[in-house]
Amino acid sequence: MPTVTLNRKEVEKLMGKKLSLEQLKDRISMLGTDLEEVTDKEIIVEIFPNRPDMLSEQGFARALSSFIGVNTGLKKYNVGKAEKDYRVIVDKSVDNVRPFTACAIVKGLKLDDEKIREIIQVQEKLHVTFGRNRKKLAIGIYPLGEITLPIIFMAKKPREIKFRPLESERVMDGLQILSQHPAGRDYGHLLEGTDKFPVFVDAKGEILSMPPIINSHKTGRVNEKTKDVFIECSGFDYDILSKCLNIVVTSLADMGAEIYSMIIEQNGKKIESPNLNPFSAKLDIKYVNKMLGLNLTEKEIGVLLGEMGLGYKERKVYIPAYRTDILHQIDIVEDIAIAYGYENFEEEIPNVSTIGEEDGFEIFKNRVADILVGMGLIETISYNLSNEFVNDKKMKVESDCVKLANSLTVDYSCLRSWVLPSLMKILSENTSKEYPQNLFEMGTVFNKDEKQETGIKEEDGLCVVLCSSTSDFTKIRQVLDSVMKALDIDYEVKEASHPSFIEGRVGVLRVTSKTEDQDIQMEEDLAILGELNPEVIQNFNLEMPTAVFELNLSKLYGLMRK
Amino acid sequence: MDIERIIAKLSPLERRVLPYLTSKSLNEIIEKSGMKDVEVMRALQWLSNKGVVKIIESEKELIVLGNNGVNYKKNGLPEKRFLNALTDKFVVVQNVLKKAGLAKEEMNICVGSLRKKAAIEIKKDNGLLVTINPNGKKLLEKESLEELFLKKQFPINVKNLKPEELFAMKSLLSRKEIIRKDKFKIRNIELTPSGVKLSKIKIKDEDFIDRLTPKMIKSGEWKGKKFREYDVEINVPSIYRGKRHFVNQAIKSAKRIWLDMGFKEMKGNIVQSSFWNFDALFTAQDHPVRDMHDTFFIEDPKNAKLPARELVEQIKNIHENGGNTGSTGWRYKWVEENSRTNVLRTHTTSLSGRMLASLNKEDIPCKYFALGKCFRNETLDWSHLFEFNQTEGIVIDPNANFRHLLGYLKEFFKKMGYEKARFRPAYFPYTELSLEIDVFHPVHKKWVEFGGAGIFRPEVVKPLLGVDVPVLAWGPGFDRIILEFFKINDIRELYKNDLEQLRKIKEWTR
Repeated sequence: MPTVTLNRKEVEKLMGKKLSLEQLKDRISMLGTDLEEVTDKEIIVEIFPNRPDMLSEQGFARALSSFIGVNTGLKKYNVGKAEKDYRVIVDKSVDNVRPFTACAIVKGLKLDDEKIREIIQVQEKLHVTFGRNRKKLAIGIYPLGEITLPIIFMAKKPREIKFRPLESERVMDGLQILSQHPAGRDYGHLLEGTDKFPVFVDAKGEILSMPPIINSHKTGRVNEKTKDVFIECSGFDYDILSKCLNIVVTSLADMGAEIYSMIIEQNGKKIESPNLNPFSAKLDIKYVNKMLGLNLTEKEIGVLLGEMGLGYKERKVYIPAYRTDILHQIDIVEDIAIAYGYENFEEEIPNVSTIGEEDGFEIFKNRVADILVGMGLIETISYNLSNEFVNDKKMKVESDCVKLANSLTVDYSCLRSWVLPSLMKILSENTSKEYPQNLFEMGTVFNKDEKQETGIKEEDGLCVVLCSSTSDFTKIRQVLDSVMKALDIDYEVKEASHPSFIEGRVGVLRVTSKTEDQDIQMEEDLAILGELNPEVIQNFNLEMPTAVFELNLSKLYGLMRK
Repeated sequence: MDIERIIAKLSPLERRVLPYLTSKSLNEIIEKSGMKDVEVMRALQWLSNKGVVKIIESEKELIVLGNNGVNYKKNGLPEKRFLNALTDKFVVVQNVLKKAGLAKEEMNICVGSLRKKAAIEIKKDNGLLVTINPNGKKLLEKESLEELFLKKQFPINVKNLKPEELFAMKSLLSRKEIIRKDKFKIRNIELTPSGVKLSKIKIKDEDFIDRLTPKMIKSGEWKGKKFREYDVEINVPSIYRGKRHFVNQAIKSAKRIWLDMGFKEMKGNIVQSSFWNFDALFTAQDHPVRDMHDTFFIEDPKNAKLPARELVEQIKNIHENGGNTGSTGWRYKWVEENSRTNVLRTHTTSLSGRMLASLNKEDIPCKYFALGKCFRNETLDWSHLFEFNQTEGIVIDPNANFRHLLGYLKEFFKKMGYEKARFRPAYFPYTELSLEIDVFHPVHKKWVEFGGAGIFRPEVVKPLLGVDVPVLAWGPGFDRIILEFFKINDIRELYKNDLEQLRKIKEWTR
């Protein structure tokens, strides 16, 4: 989530009321932003992604000002009528590339370095958050004095696009920009698979920009002398573009500039832009009170909505054109709650009777753990993530463990398919500690299984390791016997073969059960036990005989419930 | 203590060492008694506890040979060997080194020191040429102070050195690894007055019973004999009991809180389809959390099966236009393929979503909780783990409201040990109203962020449950509580499994 650094003086001036530092901090937090720090000059705050309208000094101050009761209710913005040439013609060629744009003209800016920084910050933060790193939308701002209206939005073959991009010394074509310009390298993937690139072109044929990549050096650079600007926002959903444009132009208007409309001509239709009319939604007072557990009157709700910068009249809420987060009536309810103050709600625990219940398998696992603790074993917990080297190669087995697609660490690139390797790793990291080291661990193991919803079967394994100079088959079998006897399960240990173990000193635990119709006897192997192959022991840099068993707890529990 | 009591308390080791206490040095006692040095040390320590002996520790500085010193003692100092290899003719220096069996690195010290003593002539002509001069020949005839020093028996006590030997020592110390000064601890024994008395008494082993055996009890031979008395006041070696891992102890107690509050446990898989982890929770497909650098994806099997067609269609509509919920939705094109990808669950909320989808109208009202590992794609460092424990509770109740949520939260955190909690507005894609919980830390005296809570959005509840019922939800992570209780600063220590730590760590008592 984006953190913005706002100019405190500017915010306080726009708020229209000076608060003490403590009040300021408190109000900022309770409005629904995550305050990091207030210094003499700055307010550093994290804006949640639902309120991109608060990313600028102006938008932030506007919200805070109504919240503290200074300028409440809908804020009105005047939009001057479009002059004759205030037109943007959207050519058919952009339909498959970047089909929409929302545009405006803003006049009378008084810019200085600080104001320019503010404008760049809001533009950049909108790109990252609301624009999903320019995937959804991109904003361009151009000095009106450098361009000639009307503007054409069209798509051209990359080789035919030629202009000098910002921060470059020379003229490049569309493909060169993607491969050589830093912005092209960062955002070029957004134009992948299109044979034509979108461009804004002015009436003299001068290219203004190639969205969403870069502006022209000649016509797309705002400086402290700029007074009037042309603003466009291009992308894939007109409503979203329009909202984004509204956020930008209302911020500029709050700086003291004037907004003028433009006519967008597309598919034979003419649309006036920007549209700063509030949109309305019905409000069910009963629903509000039910969700909040309050008894607010219509009048009180009207006042609370006003404190969030919303208008209210006759069961209808009027929402400013720059708010992007009102999807459902519940979003308005939240605004009411914020204005009411989360700190003012009286907490209540309702008298609803429900019965607590622990999961049966979890109870079972705790019992097994208690049995093992009673035998003096120490429980460990390892990560579910492992790597093939530890999970398979060091254990001398070949398995098809579940690999991760994008792990940041090579050491943790797959999901473990059994618990034993995790315990071996623990033993290898504790060779300087006192022996005997008798440990157990219970945890999820992952194996491929097409029958499962995810293609992966998740079961719980239990592994016990006895590591000391006297560890042997008898000792590990004694532990396993104790567990099985404690659980009252009949079983046999059968000779087996396994590459991790010494030949002739490895067995499986076999349980015979009957199927539901009692006809067929089913044999199932639930555990492997034995003395580890010295090669495996050495692979983990150990010098101690190690006897182990690994038991499938999920299967065991399944059997016991039959 | 009187002598009789002391005698009664002597252990076999002490009795064995007793006759040799007339020797003052530890080494001598070890030698004479034939006991192991640890045994002697232990016995002396006990005797000293009993006031029989005094152990006097002192430090001594000794000169010992270094790696090069061992070599030079055997083969001679390099400069002497170099000088020996010279003739009256000028010879290339490399050849001299070869002849003397010296390494290249030794050239500088040889040439340097011999030049200082005016023993050689040097000229430069296609490399360095050297020859011996009469002065040098004289030097060959007698041994230098350094050579004499090396011939001594090491280690050498600095205190016993003569002035010219001290000079040689200084010169050798300045060179690489020939000799070095080491400090040695010396332990000497002094008998106390009661020790003197004790040493004069002859004690027979058979006068005391050391270990009581079954045989003695049976035969009664213990009767009339004295038992050796133990020093019951000294410490004994530690033994370690079996125990649960401290994280599991904490999980158990957190679970207890949920059960006390009437919640049922939910369980589910760690690998989830994006559908259950994200889409069903109204998290837009272009939401940053679904990026590669936040979430672990599975390489193979890459995709999961989706639930019933009807539900998939509903979720698609919800995302695109809000479906039948009265919402506008996210207004983008929802791609079914993206919802198939398998991920490691990023929150236990994926279990809550599944639970909602499995409930019938008769089951409501009900309360569920989950507790388990969740994952985020991060590199390990002291404050970040890719696996973390999350706990989550949901209350599904047609009459639930925001005040109830705050009530449950207050109670929950009180049971966790935090008397004071406050709530701030926050944002999560799947809850509205949303809030962040701060608890007041009783020790640090400040507010600490403790996780999110809220009421599930209608866009989440309606398609899964079939009706739009308020669902209260909260999901604090609790690794932080564990770290704090056990005073662990590096989060990696939670799963380091250091046996020393596991054996000694205190029990979870909250």
